[in-house]
Amino acid sequence: MEVDLTLLLFIFALASFIGFELIAKVPPTLHTPLMSGANAISGITIVGALIVAGSLGNPLGKWIGFAAIILATINVVGGFMVTDRMLEMFKKKEDEK
Amino acid sequence: MSAFLPETILNWLPDAIQLVYLVATGFFIRGVKLLNSPGTARKGNQFAAIGMMIGVIVTLFDQKIVEFELIVGGIVIGGLIGLLLAKKVQMTAMPELVAVFNGFGGAASALVAWGELARNPDILSFDTTGLVSIGLSVFIGALTFTGSFIAFGKLSGFISGNAITFPGLNVINIGAMIATLGLIGYFAYDPTNPTLFWVILGISLLIGVTSVIPIGGADMPVVISLLNSYSGIAAAMAGFVLQNNLLIVSGALVGAAGLILTNIMCKAMNRSLVNVIFGSFGAAAGGAGASGDGDKTVRETSAEDLAIQVAYASKVVIVPGYGLAVAQAQHIVKEVATKLESRGVQVKYGIHPVAGRMPGHMNVLLAEADVPYDLLKDMDEINPEFATTDVVLIIGANDVVNPLAKTDPTGPIYGMPILNVDEAKRTIVFKRSLSVGYAGIDNPLFYAEKNQMFFGDAKKSLQALNEALNEV
Repeated sequence: MEVDLTLLLFIFALASFIGFELIAKVPPTLHTPLMSGANAISGITIVGALIVAGSLGNPLGKWIGFAAIILATINVVGGFMVTDRMLEMFKKKEDEK
Repeated sequence: MSAFLPETILNWLPDAIQLVYLVATGFFIRGVKLLNSPGTARKGNQFAAIGMMIGVIVTLFDQKIVEFELIVGGIVIGGLIGLLLAKKVQMTAMPELVAVFNGFGGAASALVAWGELARNPDILSFDTTGLVSIGLSVFIGALTFTGSFIAFGKLSGFISGNAITFPGLNVINIGAMIATLGLIGYFAYDPTNPTLFWVILGISLLIGVTSVIPIGGADMPVVISLLNSYSGIAAAMAGFVLQNNLLIVSGALVGAAGLILTNIMCKAMNRSLVNVIFGSFGAAAGGAGASGDGDKTVRETSAEDLAIQVAYASKVVIVPGYGLAVAQAQHIVKEVATKLESRGVQVKYGIHPVAGRMPGHMNVLLAEADVPYDLLKDMDEINPEFATTDVVLIIGANDVVNPLAKTDPTGPIYGMPILNVDEAKRTIVFKRSLSVGYAGIDNPLFYAEKNQMFFGDAKKSLQALNEALNEV
């Protein structure tokens, strides 16, 4: 499968612009959860790790992929869960009994 | 898992995977968008998590993936460790945890690129794009890894929070970065020499250490935010290696978001990113002005005296800072506030953008103590209110309330936006001593006529105040 590099760069640039736009107006209250949430999303590299560990090839490469899966999964599972734990605590005054 | 599917489906499977990736991307974008507002943030995080789950599951149908032992093992081990860390961590240790997760993410991206290289029996089957992407992925991923762990060390106190530096270190770092990029170029030109790869990996790991070591502890939030951005870019680079759109899009999203966040934080501290990275601000200014002049007088207060002042006030603003986070005094603050509220005192919290140990950290800590987020006021919201405030309780904060930021054009913090607590009728500073803050300069607020000092550990002082309030 040959993919055009220009197309990939195009996608990369467009996604960056979306990222810039999405964050521009975030209130300071949410900086910590936002950082930890974005951090969890960067664990998307797990998808790459799955491909490396699960494909045929030199065993060394697969074991490196295995290590990548472990680290990326810690990043993803831990990141989303701890962000959820933080956001769960954010309550408005009316919500209090 | 594609082995279980009938042949007719296999024909359009690659396209279907791409389309599902698009759906996952949609969840990420929607998720980050929802993370922008306190009311919807939790849902946003869940959206992003769903996107991740979709991405992972559909990838398992990729026809390249034929063996599942390592995949299942890796996900189980990593999932358990992640679960444990997320459940056990204290909210005060949140900056450290984010640093660790970030380091793992960077390392994973570097490993993906390296694994893809090692898995392939014929190195010459990679084209130039592939090799450059591998090089960049290893470079950025590895420096994110070591950089994050140095940041972790500084935040948790394993490594001195002081800026550790020597003249010329910045020049060496920049030189090493340029050299690495050159080596990556040469690696793409001639990938047959395996030593080259190891040299690139080694220098990248070193750069992570040497570029974070010279940055002072109080700047770690900016560093983590920047490294978070790097880990996104590393993931995107790994996406170029594997020509995987989901990696490229999500990585770019995080990379850009992290940069914006870094910029917001720098602005809050009135410093440019270049200044944070190369300034070594904390090291130079330390000690200067630490000795207060003899003729300045300080007014001290006691728990009993303070209890009377706040109990009969009509409006009290609490300004929490780093010291409150370190003393873990967020719960006792809330107790004091509740007592005051039951007496009809209006209580609000004024939060400086860089209060706490990372931006927004104070909000999380106070949320943990059940303080409703609509009482937490940002700097711009609270500043006009100080003029009508009877008592401001400044707990463990120093530089963010230092009037020199407005009055001394030669000072290191001049121009930094501060909380205008000196407009209130009275200010009370909870502090261990008269020592200087991170910026290393004296704070005239301590000696102001309207100010009183309440010396001691933030938590113990608040406990004393809390008890004294029962007697009033």
